[in-house]
Amino acid sequence: MSLFDLTLSELRTGLDRREFSSAEATRACLERIAATDPQLNAFITVCGESALAEAGAADRLLADGKAAPMTGIPLAMKDIFNTLDVRTTCASKILGNYVAPYDATAFARLKRQGAVLLGKVNMDEFAMGSSNENSAFGAVRNPWDTACVPGGSSGGSAACVAARQAPAALGTDTGGSIRQPASHCGVVGLKPTYGRVSRYGVIAYASSLDQVGPVTRDVRDCALLLQAIAGHDPLDSTSVDTPVPDYAAALQPDLKGVRIGLPKEYFGEGLDKDVRAAVEQAVATCRSLGADMVEVSLPHTEYAVACYYLIATAEASSNLARYDGVRFGHRTATAGNLIETFSRSRDEGFGPEVKRRIMLGTYALSSGYYDAYYLKAQKVRTLIRQDFLDAFEKADVLLGPVAPTPAFRLHEKTADPLQMYLSDIFTIPVNLAGTCAMSLPCGFSAAGLPIGLQLIGKPFAEAELLRTAYAFEQATEWHKRKADI
Amino acid sequence: MKISRSEVAHVARLARLALSDAELDALTGDMDAILGYVDQLNGLDTAGITPTSHAVPMANAFRDDEVRPSFTPEWAQLNAPQPDPAGFRVPRVIE
Repeated sequence: MSLFDLTLSELRTGLDRREFSSAEATRACLERIAATDPQLNAFITVCGESALAEAGAADRLLADGKAAPMTGIPLAMKDIFNTLDVRTTCASKILGNYVAPYDATAFARLKRQGAVLLGKVNMDEFAMGSSNENSAFGAVRNPWDTACVPGGSSGGSAACVAARQAPAALGTDTGGSIRQPASHCGVVGLKPTYGRVSRYGVIAYASSLDQVGPVTRDVRDCALLLQAIAGHDPLDSTSVDTPVPDYAAALQPDLKGVRIGLPKEYFGEGLDKDVRAAVEQAVATCRSLGADMVEVSLPHTEYAVACYYLIATAEASSNLARYDGVRFGHRTATAGNLIETFSRSRDEGFGPEVKRRIMLGTYALSSGYYDAYYLKAQKVRTLIRQDFLDAFEKADVLLGPVAPTPAFRLHEKTADPLQMYLSDIFTIPVNLAGTCAMSLPCGFSAAGLPIGLQLIGKPFAEAELLRTAYAFEQATEWHKRKADI
Repeated sequence: MKISRSEVAHVARLARLALSDAELDALTGDMDAILGYVDQLNGLDTAGITPTSHAVPMANAFRDDEVRPSFTPEWAQLNAPQPDPAGFRVPRVIE
């Protein structure tokens, strides 16, 4: 057992008891990154010296008895979070060596507690992708099988936690970008309710869907990290001002009295047989823990992917208009006039998937097509959201698969964007409904790849969601398996 | 065909993307397939349905209009491709 093997809560205990220092834990993670990242490519930027300096400062806080829950904990941030002292690329050439003039709130809260930034992790460019193959810094490999993708867009966040390069990381989830890679890498990932965590300083993809969340090795760590970042932020007008409960206190080892809904649309055709078997086994486990299982229906599930790819791309086309080569980021060397400066900088700086989504979104918002595409999708979004509200009349938590298959192989889906989009069928509806959901390990495929269980909670019921996840996790051993890397 | 190559070229102009011919060809096929797929939404009757722009109900967040410290021009220009004491330098707009 090495220091890099420890979970966030084990690190907390060890630091508080002075069994080891933050500097030692940080060094162990940095050495682990150096040893394994050539195979994985999970990091875009590794913070060596600054991480050790931050760890030293955390050790002084610990010596003075001033430790907060995250003091001295080494963490990785998806490279979508603005960080004042470390470049932020969003895995795009168009941002290149951009250094943000301010910190994202979620990161600032961790920094204020004395957390240590190990580095900025890889992702699909502008968080657009389901495989982490759309990064200008190269694809990330799955720690369980380096011929497979880690999932996306927070592929680096999930891979670095699964490979024990970092005890935990933050990611973002717009259509499944935390849950799907967590599922594919065998770690825990939570997408909070829209508005639970500030989006300030998080580079925007689709503003009505984007949400920040933790990626960790177990459910307790997930509760601890969510605690540190949740809450109202005056700098994000969409962050919601409701009290943040004590998430760790909500964790209980049984499910007595919990009504778990099984959406029948999540168990239909097209579900991989190993995934189906693992999720059905999870249903049996929850029942044995005292949960009441009820069948529910989310009848508009089949429309969610189409709805999402109109709304998300429309919002993206607007959000990404700011990358014009004028104030920051890449500027073309060849332009003769201002329009060419914009158009050539953007063509040179954006990758193919980002261009595809900007084009689709621009079309959906353009004169003559707005009502047929964008407005229609917003109306369908109402129906999808209503599906969840109806299901939550009968159930406290919903249960199903995260993704229809385990991790697929690199290049397997890159030729057909639509097939790639359809891999998010079970995660996208949650973002459209705005509620919270998480992925946690529930088994392995015949090929040895992790399978994730999705639990979906009521809006702002993260405590109940974590309680359910914790009870399941305590009754199983899946989270204890380690990727052999 | 849901979308023609010339329509794709028009959208590229709106989106300020100087796409190459090869990119225009590929995107015409991709967008045609995706627009064909999203057409399924027309199978749903949405008459009388209120559109959702945000899933969580929200109201305008007002604050007092107070003078507060903000970025200096130098700070705001840290990442500028062509910084200039007067602003952000770009090619001449008016001949």
